[in-house]
Amino acid sequence: MMNRSLSLKVLSAVILFGAWEIAGHIPVSFAFPTFMESMGALMRMMGDGTMLDAYAETLKPLAVGIAISAVLGIAIGVWVGLSRFFDWLFSPIFIVMQAAPLAALIPLLILAYGIGLTSKVLVVCIMAMPVIVLNTAGAVRNTPDSIKEMGRSYLATDLDIILKIIIPAASPVIFAGLRLGISAGFIGAILAELKITPTGVGDIITYSRSIADYPSMYAAIFSIILLAVLFLNLLERVEAALFKGNQRGYASD
Amino acid sequence: MPQTSAAETGTDATEDTAFEIAVSTRNISKNFGDVEALNDLSLEFPLGQLTSLLGPSGCGKTTLLKIIAGLLEPTSGEVEVNGQKVTGPGPDRAFVFQDFALLPWASVIRNVAFGLELRGVARSEREAVAESYIKQVGLAGFENAYPHELSGGMRQRVGLARALAVDAEVLLMDEPFSAVDEQTRRKFQEDLLGLVQDQKKTFIFVTHSIEEAVYVSDQVAILLPRPSRVSEIIRPSSFRGKGVDNIRRDPEYLDIVDEIWTSLRRYVE
Repeated sequence: MMNRSLSLKVLSAVILFGAWEIAGHIPVSFAFPTFMESMGALMRMMGDGTMLDAYAETLKPLAVGIAISAVLGIAIGVWVGLSRFFDWLFSPIFIVMQAAPLAALIPLLILAYGIGLTSKVLVVCIMAMPVIVLNTAGAVRNTPDSIKEMGRSYLATDLDIILKIIIPAASPVIFAGLRLGISAGFIGAILAELKITPTGVGDIITYSRSIADYPSMYAAIFSIILLAVLFLNLLERVEAALFKGNQRGYASD
Repeated sequence: MPQTSAAETGTDATEDTAFEIAVSTRNISKNFGDVEALNDLSLEFPLGQLTSLLGPSGCGKTTLLKIIAGLLEPTSGEVEVNGQKVTGPGPDRAFVFQDFALLPWASVIRNVAFGLELRGVARSEREAVAESYIKQVGLAGFENAYPHELSGGMRQRVGLARALAVDAEVLLMDEPFSAVDEQTRRKFQEDLLGLVQDQKKTFIFVTHSIEEAVYVSDQVAILLPRPSRVSEIIRPSSFRGKGVDNIRRDPEYLDIVDEIWTSLRRYVE
């Protein structure tokens, strides 16, 4: 079973990269390098330390922003899910945040917070947090009544019910929100580096494009996607380890 | 199961009035908005016996059970358990749910020990208790399984073990066997008779099945809707001691089932 899913993953990677390679050879565009050229550029940049320096820069707003979004997002989401008042107070903010055209708002952020780390962290948070909050709130609100009632009848305190029943019950949807939020956060981190100040991976993308070094540009884009995929896989494993029984849905369904 | 404990718990008492009362509800009314679920309902539940609440749907039997559990607040009236007024859920009562209400992310042993976990019992201690009840309900070997890996009947055994593990004096069962298949249900009913004799607990059992109520109960309270009231209390007397295999063909059992159906028939659309 495991082997089959692994071989399917390898197969789909081979097809995708093969198509990329062929498209680069046709070529579909002068600005579109082949897969092998891009990988070559990636190796070169990893070898000479360019990549390492770039990620040291890019990971700062990314890690801080995702950490804030996850912790604060889940906390606010639980709160919003539990209380009609906080739902009324917070939900519109996050719905607007999710719908807002962020790139167009970046000048406003720069005006308010400058061009430093703060603005970039904010961009990551604005991308990542709404879906985390809204998913968490929805999941908390939809906890089956019967297990909450069970908790009360076995003398659970309100805190017990939140920590031992509501949050674990909501965890599949919370994790789904985290996955979506974190991938949006990766987009936010690159967006911030393209739109605020070119640093890190965003700088490689901008600079390579300006000197027409397309293999390096695509190598940088490829690397950030790869990192996001690896991180999301890690998250999936954390979830599986924490809530084993959730993998096959609810017993009471 | 041995029948020796029957005399001690009072099932052989000569008069109906001689029972010690474990749970009593007095003048309970409950409204949900404009809808009157229960109206001035009073009922007594003898210690160490199984009392069924039987009635057509909408007669308020589950509402009454949840009021006794302390999960719902009555609009007026009060519930006493062992002379203590009920103000909310308490350690003297344990609930068995119709839909099992198991935690899907928790193993069988954690589910069974969950009541003790909430009471702050240390892990090793509560798992030892849980293990013995898991064995008692016939799930030995499934301690580390998850609910989705079990059949419906096995899940309800987990729910039952969880209720037994907290060692409450009163067991409240809300249509516990309605979500399991017919054969499993029969086995459950037989096991329940043994449990009532062994455990010396007071059982309050909500069901919509007439046969089930007559089969397992020391006392059947018939509830009727609109307005909600206790129409009759029936105490089967002669077949209780005859063994699980003989109950279903006992003339008194058959008569009572028929009699109850006659009185309920016109409330069923």
